[in-house]
Amino acid sequence: MVERQTLFARIVPHVVLIIGVCIVAFPVYLALLASTYDAATVQNGRMTLLPGNQMIENYERIIFSGTNSTTREPVGTMLLNSFIMAMVIALGKISISLISAYAIVFFRFPFRMAAFWLIFVTLMLPVEVRIYPTYKIVADLQLLDTYTGLTLPLIASATATLLFRQFFMTVPEELVEASKIDGAGPYKFFKDTLLPLSVTTMAALFVIQFIYGWNQYLWPLLITTRDNMQTIVIGIKKMIVTSDALTEWQLAMATAVLALLPPVVVVVLMQKLFVKGLVETEK
Amino acid sequence: MERRALFGGKTLPYMLLLPQFAIVVVFFYFPAGQAVWQSLLMEDAFGISTEFVWFENYQLLAVNPEYYKTMTTTAVFSFLVAFLSLSCGLLLAVMADKQIKGATIYKTMLIWPYAVAPAVAGVLWLFMFQPSLGMLAKMLRSWGIDWNPLLNGNHAMILVVLAATWKQISYNFLFFLAGLAAIPKSVIEAAAIDGAKPMRRFWTIIFPLLSPTAFFLLVINIVYVFFDTFGIIDSVTGGGPAGNTITMVYKVYQDGKSGANLGSSAAQSVVLMVIVIALTAVQFKFIERKVQY
Amino acid sequence: MASVVLEAVRKVYAGGVEAVKGLSLTIPNGSFTVLLGPSGCGKSTLLRMIAGLEEISGGTVTIGSKKVNDVEPSDRDIAMVFQNYALYPHMSVYDNMAYGLRNRGTAKEEIERRVAEAARMLAIEPYLQRKPRALSGGQRQRVAMGRAIVREPAAFLFDEPLSNLDAKLRVQMRLEIRKLHNRLKATSIFVTHDQVEAMTLADQVVVMNSGKIEQTGTPLEIYRRPASIFVATFIGSPAMNLFPGTIEAPGKVRLADGTSFAYDANVFDAKIGAKVEIGLRPEDAKAGTAVPGRPKLAWEVTEELGATRLLHGTLAGSSFVLAMPADIDTPAHEIALETTPGTIHIFDPESGRSLRRA
Repeated sequence: MVERQTLFARIVPHVVLIIGVCIVAFPVYLALLASTYDAATVQNGRMTLLPGNQMIENYERIIFSGTNSTTREPVGTMLLNSFIMAMVIALGKISISLISAYAIVFFRFPFRMAAFWLIFVTLMLPVEVRIYPTYKIVADLQLLDTYTGLTLPLIASATATLLFRQFFMTVPEELVEASKIDGAGPYKFFKDTLLPLSVTTMAALFVIQFIYGWNQYLWPLLITTRDNMQTIVIGIKKMIVTSDALTEWQLAMATAVLALLPPVVVVVLMQKLFVKGLVETEK
Repeated sequence: MERRALFGGKTLPYMLLLPQFAIVVVFFYFPAGQAVWQSLLMEDAFGISTEFVWFENYQLLAVNPEYYKTMTTTAVFSFLVAFLSLSCGLLLAVMADKQIKGATIYKTMLIWPYAVAPAVAGVLWLFMFQPSLGMLAKMLRSWGIDWNPLLNGNHAMILVVLAATWKQISYNFLFFLAGLAAIPKSVIEAAAIDGAKPMRRFWTIIFPLLSPTAFFLLVINIVYVFFDTFGIIDSVTGGGPAGNTITMVYKVYQDGKSGANLGSSAAQSVVLMVIVIALTAVQFKFIERKVQY
Repeated sequence: MASVVLEAVRKVYAGGVEAVKGLSLTIPNGSFTVLLGPSGCGKSTLLRMIAGLEEISGGTVTIGSKKVNDVEPSDRDIAMVFQNYALYPHMSVYDNMAYGLRNRGTAKEEIERRVAEAARMLAIEPYLQRKPRALSGGQRQRVAMGRAIVREPAAFLFDEPLSNLDAKLRVQMRLEIRKLHNRLKATSIFVTHDQVEAMTLADQVVVMNSGKIEQTGTPLEIYRRPASIFVATFIGSPAMNLFPGTIEAPGKVRLADGTSFAYDANVFDAKIGAKVEIGLRPEDAKAGTAVPGRPKLAWEVTEELGATRLLHGTLAGSSFVLAMPADIDTPAHEIALETTPGTIHIFDPESGRSLRRA
């Protein structure tokens, strides 16, 4: 306490925060509402701020059969695709970054710094600056419309490697020396000592990378052409025909809710890991 | 930092690095090199022959008014999103930093939009502001505003700015909150004893001490608007109306998609690369300075 | 300059923890008062209540003639030196010192004059344009003091300001603070857990324990006439020896093994037959000739401290430390202890209070 708190001063933060929370939540609330109405009500803009009665029908329809007109793929398939993509990207990034960082921190070998920089510089080459050449390579490798094509090019990670490197540097050298004295080689040390120590870092990274993978847009947009390969984030875009009456908004909004639910649940349930991951990957 | 305690092994470290290297070389360096190479080539109108033209693609970009328009659009978009999301994030963080009841609940309720995909965020906002059925669009129309982001370029810009800001507030909020927590409580108390009232305390002590965080966030926000808002633009406006919301990244995508002008698309990619390198350099320069602070 | 008066001051935290339990204290104008106690005794909380950084749950705080319970910290006319200095990291040393004056609208020339004077007094003139991060710990400490001095406040508050310094610098800064006080004669309240700091700095020491005052007095009073077992063992190093006894006759207290010490019955008021706790400082006894009935110390270990030697052992079943000059040969393993009646302290074992006559 620094100030004598008047009633006014006590209330202001709550008011501001509640307004903030409402603004932040409103678009999603509206999407939730829309997903409980029938097509005509939404289409004519007669929706109210209370839920309708078509919720189960809408979600059942969208998950198992898809929309009528735009993309006819059931959202169930899309959810599965998104989940596979997010999991493979997150686990892949963690695995290859973990072993890269292990090599860079715990070994001395020619061109070590060159290797470090080679990984580091990819920070400056986001997919957006090399869209078509990358697309062409994936096409040449016959990887269009495959999970490999969808995930493999995104698995390299300078941020994750840097994060593990940073963490490994804080591992006391005495630990390595003690392991050596106890007769552990590089494999045993990695498995018995380093890996258990890295669990929190890996978990934090997983949360961030899962969200990253789930929310990918440009890359799946390029790589997937078949409807049964598309992810939910792409699928929802295809359901919306900007100027056209064909858009089945109540179904599109149900899809939006399904698309945002998994990553949001991950953030809310693993808030501590999420914050840790976010703050540390940006250092 | 050099370590003493190390493992030997001639081939093991290379084996460990191999997977990352393979991906990086095949999917990062090779395509990036290709982009640079392609930016120096030009196809004829029928796509039959290709000619090495040095920097002609860049020269054409430099005199292309459309390209300047996308640059302006990107700049305006970046400025608005960065300004709005930083101010809102700061305001909310300052409020949540006070020792009030339910601070953790507020925090949870404010950070989740980070997890929403940009394209999904775009769709949510489009739904609210869709001129014929959007709830907020109808409200605007009832006030006599001829709201139509599908036809009016400014309206479209406002819509993508709102969607992009909405998604970014949580990120800025979190980092400002961490920045505030890092200011020693006793410094604030010292200022209170030194006779600074809350407002003056904020502007003379808290704000300057937060400025490294704010600067860092500014760079991050610009990068965000440049690259991550692609999904918002594509789902909300598709670059329209009349090309009013085409950002630099979106133009690379569009020009390449039509396939007509790969050389120009590649040149634009290279320009973007230079921008990313500059932003990353600024960011690291800043981190160095922060370490000294 | 002003006195600070606390009346029945209480601090109860939201969780119901009572950190300060109804405490009254007068800090005279111009005095250097040290609040001394172990961590968690409420001394810092008390100081922060005087500063206005903690809400006062009950009682009144008066600075000068003004009751300040509901006055903002900035309007209490106090200055504070924090444990971690709390310098503004983004401001130069000059701006750090000028900030408080600028907030109060002091004229520019006056600010310059006061900062220059304080900087000269503290020998920090060469660093005025530097940022705090470019200063050593001792220099930061001086800037923090300078920031307080330029304000010319009614009272200076110090919250363990020396605890972040290394031992040598701490001794040096301690002396400088005392010199500064001799010169400025400003009312000062200084919180510490270090008894040496308290003894060397204070005009008045306030010993606190679990939210209450154990004793208030000059350093010598506190040392010579501890009002309770807590004060007796907290002040002095090594700590005062304590062992049980029974009053045998006025002026004579018997130990567990049947031997006895003489005490001053004019000073201590104890009933015959009463169980008491006897206190004897390690430096107040010496090896004497063995006389029947004289308590004997059986020692086991010695510690050489240079000028003195400590003998650790047992006396009538309780552990006991004796301090003796190092140049005397260590006697045999049993020492008959010789004391004078004035050095024996008698405490009530139930309440822990001294049985000293009022």
